[in-house]
Amino acid sequence: MNPVWTLFAPLAPFTAAAGAAALLFALFLAAQGFPAVEALGLVVEGAYGSSFAWQNTLSRAAPLMLTALCVALPARAGLVIIGGEGALAVGALAAAMVPSACAGWSGLPVQVLMALAGFVVGGAWVSLSAWLRHARGVNETISSLLLAYIGIAVFNFLVEGVLRDPASLNKPSTPPLADAYLIGSMPGLDVHWGLVWGVVFCIAAWFLVRQTVFGFAVGVVGGNPRAALMAGLPVGSLILASCFLGGGAAGVAGMLEVAAVHGSDNAALLAGYGYAGILVSFAARHNPLGIIACAILVGGIGASGSLLQRRLDLPDAATLVLQGALFVALLAFETLNRKGVRRV
Amino acid sequence: MDDSTLSAGRRNVLRVLGAGAAWQVLPFGIGRAGAAEKLVVGVIYVGPRDDFGYNQAQAQAVAVLKKMPGVKVIEEEKVPETVAVQKTMEAMINQDKATLIFATSFGYFDPHVLKMAEKYPNVRFAHCGGLWTAGKHPKNVGSFFGYIDECQYLDGIAAASTSKTRKLGFIAAKPIPQVLRNINAFLLGARSVDPKATVKVIFTGDWSLPVKEAEAANSLIDQGVDVLTCHVDSPKVIVETAERRGVYSCGYHASQAKLAPRGYLTGAEWDWQTPYMLIVKAAMEGKPMINFLRGGLKEGFVKPSPFGPAVSVEARKKSDTVKAAMLKGDFLIFKGPLVDNTGKTVIAAGKAEGQQDPQLESMNYLVDGVIGQI
Repeated sequence: MNPVWTLFAPLAPFTAAAGAAALLFALFLAAQGFPAVEALGLVVEGAYGSSFAWQNTLSRAAPLMLTALCVALPARAGLVIIGGEGALAVGALAAAMVPSACAGWSGLPVQVLMALAGFVVGGAWVSLSAWLRHARGVNETISSLLLAYIGIAVFNFLVEGVLRDPASLNKPSTPPLADAYLIGSMPGLDVHWGLVWGVVFCIAAWFLVRQTVFGFAVGVVGGNPRAALMAGLPVGSLILASCFLGGGAAGVAGMLEVAAVHGSDNAALLAGYGYAGILVSFAARHNPLGIIACAILVGGIGASGSLLQRRLDLPDAATLVLQGALFVALLAFETLNRKGVRRV
Repeated sequence: MDDSTLSAGRRNVLRVLGAGAAWQVLPFGIGRAGAAEKLVVGVIYVGPRDDFGYNQAQAQAVAVLKKMPGVKVIEEEKVPETVAVQKTMEAMINQDKATLIFATSFGYFDPHVLKMAEKYPNVRFAHCGGLWTAGKHPKNVGSFFGYIDECQYLDGIAAASTSKTRKLGFIAAKPIPQVLRNINAFLLGARSVDPKATVKVIFTGDWSLPVKEAEAANSLIDQGVDVLTCHVDSPKVIVETAERRGVYSCGYHASQAKLAPRGYLTGAEWDWQTPYMLIVKAAMEGKPMINFLRGGLKEGFVKPSPFGPAVSVEARKKSDTVKAAMLKGDFLIFKGPLVDNTGKTVIAAGKAEGQQDPQLESMNYLVDGVIGQI
């Protein structure tokens, strides 16, 4: 085969999908009487057209990388977990409680402890679903979603109750973090360090899944749990571990929202990153490296939706149409990369 | 090269501090946009602009701004209170050259608006609902809000006058001071015409939960409540449910009269035009940012909805008498002796808390007659 083609072949489905989505979106806008060509230009300009646009996109993408891992890692073990928002909530809760226990410590150790607290608590939260599935046969998709509601309720109960800072009058919040514990922007950029955390976690997850014995074992469980049992694999532990790592990533996303964006726990922190992560992970076919790209894509749609609203007076719903068109097209064209499509 | 950048930086710092002669305060405004250029105003909403509620009330004022000569308005709706709103503000400044931004949701203030205001000292940020504090918050930020409890008091008069069961219902998002103040004012208005009236309150837990709001409305009606009002972002579902079940309703934020032509009594509406105009004019004339702006009926920040057909002539008269006193500025809603619904005295006899009293901004009780707990 032509070597140039081999190099670019993996990009073919994506390119085709982007083209198809652009066409669909343009047709939709034209049918509504909006300037379609101008809108497409704005989509590119708003998301990737300047260094400001890139920073805008990356800021929005950062938390999605971590919450997408909460779907992708359990998916490797054959579990469909959709309750990342709950892990994010309890992770944020745990992280915000760390500083009060370490008064007088310097910044970095506290931040590391906060991340660790978010990771462990978020991980334990999603592990509950894995345990229910393994020990009690409860469907993990339903239980993780229900646990997300419980996690959010616990979060609101504590933030508006015992953990509330009495000075936070009309926006109930936990006491603000001291400046020393806040995570700032990367040098020369207007994107906080959470982006690096997200990329590092995704790369580490890719390595774990593709290059280690553990990853292989989890893959076997996901492929066929009975065969895995026959092969003598500890199926229960592997399911628990993959859910723990996924939930941990979402918990760290919660910690980063506290330390890098909000400076405290409050209801605004639960903005749906956990749910958006489901979309990102599925679009990336649960490939941790693909998640980086898909998160940047979703972040970009957010950034360009913002510009579309301001320049063309389009409603926010237009962004959803674009996002929907793009993801349907991505899933439809994904088969281009396979040798043959199996029809059932 | 290094020297010039440094001195430019210093000059900027001086400008921010507002030090020196009055002309140095100018850069807070449109200093860098020439007189011929239009003032670009960015407006950010947390929900949809046509929500029959909080966001629509803001959008109505913005519609008036759009007609002003020399003003160009750009809008963005459904912006969450996360890093997204920071990026939207920055995008308005960088991509659209906005020099005045209205951030209309309460949760935008701390940390988002404050962070951006420090980063862009030449841009003005007007925030709805916040409590700007001198010395603590940047000078290019201002907060505006209205004493809508005055209209809630008037709602209470109309509600208790119309109710047959003497049971009124209030569906509220969260037990925070601004909400408690509305509930209490509604009860006090109701008790001013019927000392036996009660207000049953249900907290839904968040600003926009239409399903829970409908459930709460039905539950209150099942318990005998025959006038409903609320403090949530969009009263649409509640007013519609009341109309369908054949009971009365009082609106909030904007007018919902269209949704309930039979049972809509009156409502507490914002009139944001007034503060928006003041802030925009200050920016156009290069005057300093208005940092703290509050007003009630008298100042034109709030207004009652026109009475619906179900409000009796007698009730209208009572309401209008109190309204006239409020317009004169000599009506006190919160005055002693005032007891909360746990029996504790919250305002002693002989004392009163006027509209601007900071005590009221940290209200943490439900007065006697309100059934419910915080």
